[in-house]
Amino acid sequence: MNKRQPIILMFLMMLIAVLGLVITACAPPQLRTLTVMTHDSFAISEDLITQFEEEQDITVRFIRSGDTGTALNQAILSKENPLADVFYGVDNAFLTRALEEEIFLPYESPLLLEIPDQFKLDPTFMALPVDYGDVCINYDKGYFEDNNIPVPQSLEALLEPQYEGLLVTENPATSSPGLAFLMATIAQFGEEGYLNYWQALAENGLVVVNDWETAYYTNFSGSSGQGPQPMVVSYGSSPAAEVIFAETELEEAPTASIIGPNTCFRQIEYVGILRGTQNTALAEAFIDFMLSAPFQEDIPMQMFVFPVNENAQLPQAFQENVQIPNEPASLPPEQIDQKRESWIEAWTETVLD
Amino acid sequence: MKTIREFLGRRSKNPTWRAVLFWLVPALFLGFFFYQPLLALFNLLFSKEWGFSLGTLNFSQVWDPLWFTTYQAFLSTLLTLIIGLPSAWLFARFRFPGKRVLRVLTTLPFILPTVVVAAGFNTLLGPRGWINLGLMALFDLSTPPVTFLNTFGAILTAHVFYNTTIIIRVVSNAWSKQNIRLEHAAKVLGASPWRTFREVTLPLLQPHILAGTLLVFLFNFTSFGVVLMLGGPQFATLEVEIYIQALHLLNLPLAAVLSIVQLVYTLTITLLHNSLTSSKNLSITPRAQTLVERRPNKGVERFAVIILVVVLFSLLVSPLASLAARSFVKLEPSRGERGDIERGLTLQFYRELGVNRRGSLFYVPPIAAIRNSFVFALITIFITLILGLLVAYGLRQSSPINHVLDPLLMLPLGASAITLGLGFIIVFNRPPFSNLNFPILLPIAHSLIALPFIVRTLSPALQSIPNSLRNAARALGASPLRIWYEVDLPLLAPSILVSIIFALTISLGEFGASTFLTRPEYPTMPVAIFRYISQPGALNYGQALAMSTLLMLVCASGILLIERLQTAGKDWF
Amino acid sequence: MLTVENIEKTYEGKPLLKKVSFEVHPDETVCLLGPSGSGKSTLLRIIAGLEESEGGRVLWKGEDLTDIPAHQHKFGLMFQDYALFPHRNVAKNIAFGLRMQNAPKEEIQQTVKEALRTIEMTGFADRKVTELSGGEQQRVALARALAPQPRLLMLDEPLGALDRTLREQLSFELRRILHQTRIPAIYVTHDQEEAFSIADRLLLLHDGVILQSGKPADFYHHPKNVWVAKFFGLGNLVEGEVRSRSPLAVNTPFGVFHARCDGNAPQKGEKTSLLFRPNQAHIAGIEDTNTLTGKVIDQVFQGETYRLSIRINYDIPNFIVSLSVPAEIGKMISIGYSTEDILCLQNGKGES
Repeated sequence: MNKRQPIILMFLMMLIAVLGLVITACAPPQLRTLTVMTHDSFAISEDLITQFEEEQDITVRFIRSGDTGTALNQAILSKENPLADVFYGVDNAFLTRALEEEIFLPYESPLLLEIPDQFKLDPTFMALPVDYGDVCINYDKGYFEDNNIPVPQSLEALLEPQYEGLLVTENPATSSPGLAFLMATIAQFGEEGYLNYWQALAENGLVVVNDWETAYYTNFSGSSGQGPQPMVVSYGSSPAAEVIFAETELEEAPTASIIGPNTCFRQIEYVGILRGTQNTALAEAFIDFMLSAPFQEDIPMQMFVFPVNENAQLPQAFQENVQIPNEPASLPPEQIDQKRESWIEAWTETVLD
Repeated sequence: MKTIREFLGRRSKNPTWRAVLFWLVPALFLGFFFYQPLLALFNLLFSKEWGFSLGTLNFSQVWDPLWFTTYQAFLSTLLTLIIGLPSAWLFARFRFPGKRVLRVLTTLPFILPTVVVAAGFNTLLGPRGWINLGLMALFDLSTPPVTFLNTFGAILTAHVFYNTTIIIRVVSNAWSKQNIRLEHAAKVLGASPWRTFREVTLPLLQPHILAGTLLVFLFNFTSFGVVLMLGGPQFATLEVEIYIQALHLLNLPLAAVLSIVQLVYTLTITLLHNSLTSSKNLSITPRAQTLVERRPNKGVERFAVIILVVVLFSLLVSPLASLAARSFVKLEPSRGERGDIERGLTLQFYRELGVNRRGSLFYVPPIAAIRNSFVFALITIFITLILGLLVAYGLRQSSPINHVLDPLLMLPLGASAITLGLGFIIVFNRPPFSNLNFPILLPIAHSLIALPFIVRTLSPALQSIPNSLRNAARALGASPLRIWYEVDLPLLAPSILVSIIFALTISLGEFGASTFLTRPEYPTMPVAIFRYISQPGALNYGQALAMSTLLMLVCASGILLIERLQTAGKDWF
Repeated sequence: MLTVENIEKTYEGKPLLKKVSFEVHPDETVCLLGPSGSGKSTLLRIIAGLEESEGGRVLWKGEDLTDIPAHQHKFGLMFQDYALFPHRNVAKNIAFGLRMQNAPKEEIQQTVKEALRTIEMTGFADRKVTELSGGEQQRVALARALAPQPRLLMLDEPLGALDRTLREQLSFELRRILHQTRIPAIYVTHDQEEAFSIADRLLLLHDGVILQSGKPADFYHHPKNVWVAKFFGLGNLVEGEVRSRSPLAVNTPFGVFHARCDGNAPQKGEKTSLLFRPNQAHIAGIEDTNTLTGKVIDQVFQGETYRLSIRINYDIPNFIVSLSVPAEIGKMISIGYSTEDILCLQNGKGES
């Protein structure tokens, strides 16, 4: 026995691991495969996709890579040689960019008839709406009740002294909800007024962090972090998630959204067939599947966003705990694409420096 | 046939020829998997199609993050050395209760994904962390007295937290192998303990300290998650800037420019480091008596040891411990009118890990995540050890090509994970290297990052084996392979085990490249953690913490096992 | 000058040194002799202050050194592996001790130059120590230890790592240098020839105690017990039991022998051993009372004498004697010893 023994043993172990992986990797591929490229937040019920696979007699593979920006970059960079047949996950903030890069093929799905016009931002039918979600300010119900403070109902109200230091938001340069909230203020106050608003907000003790995880779990008082701020920029569906993922069963969400005019910004997500696919017919079938009621009804529980199809029923937790704003803020995709960088720069100078 | 052998025989006397032979495979590997995707990406982004011109570049867009990056990296490295060097002394010299556990615990930070570390610091120092809660209860305060998150201090602390283990591992490994007689000789010749340290111990450790410092500096320099999640919006390193430009503003050409700046910087630092250490080539006699660990004896010594252990515990272990503690605790927010909510200990988060609540296709069973993480880690270890040994032998040859190839090897440390990830996408998107058919791409990316560490660990150890030993073995009739097995391998064994720990930890904890390269079929533990923490709900948060605790546990047992092998090997020898 | 008093030390729970005491006088080279693992090096490190003893103390001219740190002992120590500083060249290695005393630069240079001359390595000042041969390293180590003019020099197996020829040559040189410098020295070795050639006085360390001390000749003529006789290879040892005390007669498996004894004779019935030195044997005659008979199995011509191996019986298969006349291999032979030449020894500790 000597010193070498353990090393040789480990080497053998590693060799086995490598061989094992190579063998699995070399397993014969399925005959027909549809590949869907998407972001990390994508989720779907296993039963549902199995059903689709059986109907079409194919295998569906998902490539999930990073957040929305990462996934879109991936699609753009590989457009000469697309990795997939379908791309899901462009939102209205990145829609123009995706269309300009011409990564999609047009497809006018018959199911578009079941979708309200307000979601159909692309008249060329390259990108088809699948779901939408609102970025809203969530508040901690308990805090406002305990302290006898009224819940603010508009963006302007947030400037009142009684709300000093109560709001945490995300940096629009690093966070998608942060950017959405910035755009909500632009929709409300216009390009000439939003900086003054932010200036005032910053003076009223606004807290800015880089990412949603920190804002929600560290700074916000309404969730597990029990942080110092009772208001956070999050999603309209977050209250429902608080019920579904409660540690102890809850009858009612501990948080709610502020749904005044322009306090929420609506994000719509799109799907498209990638140019260069060999499986156009299958890709079209998959898009029809995504727009159909079964998939649309699966969306809320899996991804915590809302179906665009009018015929889709919302699950109970959503019906009870989610308020959908009547007047969500929105901006034209072209304007977002053009101005995004300069807005963020100006915001950074006003709020952070 | 004979002429070929003669040809080879003649060539094998030439150091450059031998260096080329050793470098061949590692260089091909690096070229194919690192330089090819990177160059392809830059080539694409600077092409006409993307309409990039240097004229549109704003100087401060590059200079500001570069300055901040350097500044914070320098400070963080300095602090890491201040904590790490005495700790290396502690681990090399002394025997004290709980040493093995402490050694493993100090290695743990290195593997943890930033999400987890941020959560750990948050549970400890956040506005509702244990410390703030305690202070608020103690002094009856209404606001948390300690502000930690989103400060510059948080960045520095987290960097020290992450990287101290590098200094401890690299330096204490070398320290414990130092010939104790040299210090004795200095003392007997009249050198005071301090002078002995300064004139003998330190100069002999210097190459190792410099090597460790270089690694720590580069790690701090390319820091991403820590700055983003703990530093807050006021602070942006080059890497964070690359992330923002590439993924949020879709300004890929600017991201590419920043990446190149970062690469050039890394190259410069590496070259500087090499010119500082190239002259140092110190042989150790393996039969020399090495340091024997002992109990601290004198009052001052015992005091120093206790202080160090306390510092290490509070800095490196307490965030982990508070994270683990939090994963067993129910801590629902006050629910307003609905009155009392049950608080206390719970195993619910762990139970919930095994439940696919929503029948999701992308549900990750914890065992599968652990298994995948380990399979990838084992492959990473395999690749890096083979390549690392080859490179170490290449570096041993006194050939000018080493001056060129060595810095090129270090570059992957300075490459942004995002840039590399994007490069991988445009190059390896066709079989046989498409990520879909070639799941080994992830461990390859991990190997690229781990390789510089492995080489920095193996190379000094190899250099210190005197040739006389090999000649002795050769004179006794051993074949070259036999010499390697009988002489080199046993002497390299401790360094190989340190390398294995590095490769294991880097692979288990790496998250940047993993985001690009994991496939849904093979989710790893960091990916699973991220999946939980990116959704609202107390259960998700709890599960993320529970999964992180599992990751720590799994890593700790992995490291413990390796260390066991190491000491067992010692006993057998 | 140096007094070592009742030093105690355990190693991994077992006693290594048990109340070791001795002295070193001015101008004296003392050899500390003992088998490997007897604790010689540990004792040196304790004297140097590099290790702490668990009992006893070390004094220099009456001053207790226990609480004085190693670097203020002003002792020199030369290590078995030389412990030359690999990051410094030859001259800087030699200069190290003087620099620690903050000696002026010129003086250091001068001393180094002289030291290099003494060890006959004048041209080596700027050489790397890692490039030196074993013998060269040994001489540099000696020069480094001597350069700061220590009040006591300790040498820990200084020739141990060298080959035989080099060893003989260097041990001679060492003796010259030690006598020339007149620094009291403790020389540690496990090799008795080396010890005999260098020491003014020998200390034999065994089983944690100084078993015997004295001039080299004392060990030869008056070994303290069986273990000492064995260690020095003084001759044939035969076990027996005391039959009568005066005159001393010992019962052995091949007869009764009359012997002499240093100091007090053992008690009747006590186990003891007899030492038969090869060169004090003679062919037995009728007047001999002490005779042994056996078969010659080997014979080696050694110039003036013949060295014979004799098989006495199963227990003593190889009894060595030196005779001035040859014998015939295979023949029986009778060997006689005079009573004066048979030494009765105690079965001291270490008899295993």
